[in-house]
Amino acid sequence: MKINIWSLLKILAYIAIIMFFLFPIAWIFNMSFMTNDEILRKVPVLFYEPTLNNYIGLWKGEIASEGFATMYVFFKQNLINSAILSVGSVSVTLLLGVPAAYAFARYKFKGGEDIAFTLLSFRFAPALLIILPLNLYFSKIGLYDSYFALIWVYQLITLPLLLWIVRGYFEDISPDIEYAYRLDGHSWFQSFWRISIPLAKPGIAAASLLCFIYAWNNFVFALILGSSQIQPVTVGALAFITASAIPYGLIACGIVVSVLPTLVLALFIQKYLVQGLSLGAIKG
Amino acid sequence: MLLKGKYMTYLNLENLSISFKNDKVISNLNAKIDKGEFFVVFGPSGSGKTVLLRLLSGIMLLDDGKIEMGSEVINELQPEERDISMAFQNFALYPHMKAYDNIASPLRAKKNLIPDDEIDLKVREVASLLKIEHVLNQFPKELSNGQKQRTSLARSLISKPSVVLLDDPLRNVDAKIRFEMRLELPKVLKEFNTTVVYVTQDFREAMALGDRIAVLYEGKFNDIDSPKNIYQNPSSLTTAKLFGDPTINNFDANIKKQNEFVVINVNGEQFKLKRKTNIQDGDCIVGIRPEDIILSNEPSENSIEVEFRTKTPLNLRIVFLVRLKNGLELLCSATEEESQLIDEDKKMYISFLEEKSHFFDLETKRNLE
Repeated sequence: MKINIWSLLKILAYIAIIMFFLFPIAWIFNMSFMTNDEILRKVPVLFYEPTLNNYIGLWKGEIASEGFATMYVFFKQNLINSAILSVGSVSVTLLLGVPAAYAFARYKFKGGEDIAFTLLSFRFAPALLIILPLNLYFSKIGLYDSYFALIWVYQLITLPLLLWIVRGYFEDISPDIEYAYRLDGHSWFQSFWRISIPLAKPGIAAASLLCFIYAWNNFVFALILGSSQIQPVTVGALAFITASAIPYGLIACGIVVSVLPTLVLALFIQKYLVQGLSLGAIKG
Repeated sequence: MLLKGKYMTYLNLENLSISFKNDKVISNLNAKIDKGEFFVVFGPSGSGKTVLLRLLSGIMLLDDGKIEMGSEVINELQPEERDISMAFQNFALYPHMKAYDNIASPLRAKKNLIPDDEIDLKVREVASLLKIEHVLNQFPKELSNGQKQRTSLARSLISKPSVVLLDDPLRNVDAKIRFEMRLELPKVLKEFNTTVVYVTQDFREAMALGDRIAVLYEGKFNDIDSPKNIYQNPSSLTTAKLFGDPTINNFDANIKKQNEFVVINVNGEQFKLKRKTNIQDGDCIVGIRPEDIILSNEPSENSIEVEFRTKTPLNLRIVFLVRLKNGLELLCSATEEESQLIDEDKKMYISFLEEKSHFFDLETKRNLE
């Protein structure tokens, strides 16, 4: 049988690319089931007896290992904090951003473009530039160490992100479809709710996902603007590194757990990302 | 006016005006549309037809003027508050709803809820009238253009609105469906006994469908009249040029009345028409449609010799381009049988059908008669 050299090379290239991207993830996934000794062995092992100790320890918040003092982590609380901050941010962004995106798409008003661009420009400023003044202000007005403050700051990034993505989707919907719905006897709000929003759904879904990922992964705002009471997993994971030890298995386990929600959400939202729903209803 | 007295005025448009920036799209437009009338708004593209429909439907608001429906002024009403529906040129179907739900939408919007089985009955009734029962369960993207257009028509008719606005509904369908619909549409609309404002830029469609035609030109109605009058007795050169294919011949000339004749003088050539007229002697624009020029190899009493240039078939007629000795070129058309009798290599003569020539003012282009 003749083997096509090109298809063989192609397959090898695919494998190389997949290895390149997936290897660290697979390795971390593996690590989370290993003991620290197994991880730190000089010649890495491929076969080992998997242990759930890392997960159990993470859940309990107490990690006792031989020869070291018992370590206390607040990973569970961090996880809940992450969820509150991310869901809260995305909710606020949706509530404010979708109507705003619609307004920017449909209505021409004085200074409209300037406002939209100003919102976008928030994304240009590096977070470190604004974080110290923000810290001072928040301490003064009593917002330091509150969920509200972090959700508010996240809006600087998530709001413009959603606004600019969803705006484009609204602009792609022919206004005639909305007018037709109103001529059928529906109010403005009904046409917004039952026509514009469903048709912009792929955009809203994609933007929400990106906002969620941003909020979930954010590190620097949460580090500076809150205490461990409200800190998310990204910051909470720092607590694993202590003077006495670096428990790699635990860290790996924390990473796996904290990646899961985003992964599940991405898979769930995928079906809304289908394009082309609005094709074919308009001619001209 | 054709239908005056038969019906009463239902839609009264008074001095409608709207401008975008400094561009007056509609200015001081007036019309009285009767109840149950099929009112066609005809105009070249860019004349403001779609804008007019948007003003009537409430999608756009007037700068100035008054729209009266029945005895109610509806200027300020929201689109959903006017008892008006509209079929869009681009169909504007809801892409995320099946054809069935598209059509049912106006019924579901009514405040006093209509029971589902009644909605179902009505949707199927209108769908069968428009022959789209078999596609009710499909999404718009699965429909052909003809089916989309019928779905959009069904949606605009189902709630039996007082006024239906149709924005060039046949523009985006192919020639065969266009012809079918041209035959079918008046019948369907009659079932609903509604007042129709129909916009088109096809003069044949306008003439085939309209009880009356309003010619929209530069933001105003140039003419409002029956199709027959618009064609045979245009009130201005603009209207005359818009109706007819090939367009009406027109040339500057000097008119002189001699007894029972009108003598048209154009650069040394003379047409003599035996015809009564009340216009004054002097310069004007003469218009004559190609089919109203008789072409022959034999000279007759008032005919003029012309030189043959070229000919081409058009809509079952043959169109000839001929040139007078003074260089003026005219289009004449003849049926196929007639044209077979004409030998292009021999001398050719033309004469005008006497009653069919029109005289327009040089400045205002209005019909002088």
